[in-house]
Amino acid sequence: MLNFVLSRLFSAFIVILGVSCLVFLLIHLVPGDPVEVMLGESSLPADREALRHALGLDLPLWRQLGDYLYGLLQFDLGNSLYSRRAILDILRERLPATIELAAAGLLVAVLIAFPLGILAALRKNTLWDSGAMFFAMLGISIPNFWMGPILILIFSLGLGWLPVSGRSGLESLILPALTLGTAMAAILSRMVRMSLLEQLGEDYIRTARAKGLPWHTVVLRHALKNAMLPIITLLGLQLGALLAGAVITEIVFSWPGVGQLVIEAIHRRDYPVVQACVLLISLSYVLVNALTDFCYAWLDPRIRVAGG
Amino acid sequence: MRCRFSLLILLAWLLLAVGGARLPLHPDHIDLTRILVPPGEGAWLGYDDLGRPLWDRLAVGARYSLLVAALVVAISLLAGALIGAMSAYVGGWVDHVAVRIIDIFLAFPGILLAIALAGLLGPGLNNVVIALSIVGWVGFARLARAQVLSLKNREHVQAALILGAGRWRIVTRHLLPLIAAPLIVEATFAVAGIVIAEAGLSFLELGIQPPTPSWGSMIREGTRYMLVAPHLVLVPGLTLMLVVLAVNMTGDYLRDYLDVRDADSKGLGRPGAATEGK
Repeated sequence: MLNFVLSRLFSAFIVILGVSCLVFLLIHLVPGDPVEVMLGESSLPADREALRHALGLDLPLWRQLGDYLYGLLQFDLGNSLYSRRAILDILRERLPATIELAAAGLLVAVLIAFPLGILAALRKNTLWDSGAMFFAMLGISIPNFWMGPILILIFSLGLGWLPVSGRSGLESLILPALTLGTAMAAILSRMVRMSLLEQLGEDYIRTARAKGLPWHTVVLRHALKNAMLPIITLLGLQLGALLAGAVITEIVFSWPGVGQLVIEAIHRRDYPVVQACVLLISLSYVLVNALTDFCYAWLDPRIRVAGG
Repeated sequence: MRCRFSLLILLAWLLLAVGGARLPLHPDHIDLTRILVPPGEGAWLGYDDLGRPLWDRLAVGARYSLLVAALVVAISLLAGALIGAMSAYVGGWVDHVAVRIIDIFLAFPGILLAIALAGLLGPGLNNVVIALSIVGWVGFARLARAQVLSLKNREHVQAALILGAGRWRIVTRHLLPLIAAPLIVEATFAVAGIVIAEAGLSFLELGIQPPTPSWGSMIREGTRYMLVAPHLVLVPGLTLMLVVLAVNMTGDYLRDYLDVRDADSKGLGRPGAATEGK
């Protein structure tokens, strides 16, 4: 197990290093002179030089990269060009809202996906099954930025039950969480169905049935437990899509999280903040995936042996 | 029945996108007397907040969504399949480096990198295609690599090698055709993902720039008038959803028809490709 953890940590480290370098290089993609783009064409040459120096853009590329990575090691992400505050402080303010949204979205996804997937698997090839799978297909095909406005139209403007936007208590979390969770629920329910069906065809299920166990015990205790492995992997992988989806969902509902910060920063040409947000979201995704792998190995000894 | 439904939608999309240029469309024509007129008699799909006809804007939007999807999928498929297949076939340190690069790109969740790239490159059609292609090739590379790894020691490849075929010839003539089926399925789902991603970028004002219509920016503009003119959000959104649904259903059908099983244990990750843009 230790070997497995170490080798997995090592490759996570390489990926983190690569992601950091790539994010660092992003700013060099800006067409023309990034300093001029940030300050505007009418800016004074002296101001440009000052900003260039402040961002370290006057140094050779390898020095810039070195400084950048060294700063990261000390959790120094630099300052925002717009508010001049430390980016770390800004992120600290925004992160709780995004974590709250992502967790709620995940909860919605799980709450929808499991009943739907189990129903579809148990009633395979019936109207229930095709209904559930059509719903799943629909969920995959509705983008967040349309789902959100439709929910607002129905539940906020039409029925007046829930607030339109902002972050004020549990009520305001419901619509964003539904918007964010549906796509993942759709993918997850297909996986629950597939994985459960695979297990239900196994011999041990017949044995369990033959010795007289009630059907729900067989499904929930035996089949579902064994079906969980691929489901957990998918959950980990889809968390990335969830985090990216949070960016758009936050815009739709004016949810004051990291996603809204990215878009604000892009429109203000506050590139250091953009870099920091992209880095933060990607790193949390890498870490979650590494954790998923550990979970997986812990649940299934076969993987430890093969992977270690 | 489902298959016919999706084919019908896809056909309409293609016709509108390709044949739209021959129709007398006036997406920028402003009629001040018709501001926010809802769909109905004499108004067809209605008019937007500037009094522009929604149908004309929708039709021109179809052109751009198809153009972006076709370009991005073509570029990503070509680049990704070649990189993935080559690295698997050549092996050694080349493969090691390629796998690391693929891992690094996969570490960026879905559309996030595209948002950042489009934001930094600046808006516009070209930059949308560039941003989405930079994100898009990875999926194809991973798939092609996994497939070629399982095929590269087949006898016909050895035979070609003995006959003196070079790496390029073996990969392009003897390996890529064999993995065409999974790549086609992946490409179909990618079309759905790119259509959503393009609309998403335009929704965030990072994509195709106004006044050029895009389904995404139409939805965004519509959200300001939801109370008085919900059709501004409903019409482009429904269109977008129907097209994506049709593409996804075609992908599902193709996967069953071509009997493609998911390449790796990560399983249903591929329909996920369709949501990467969300």
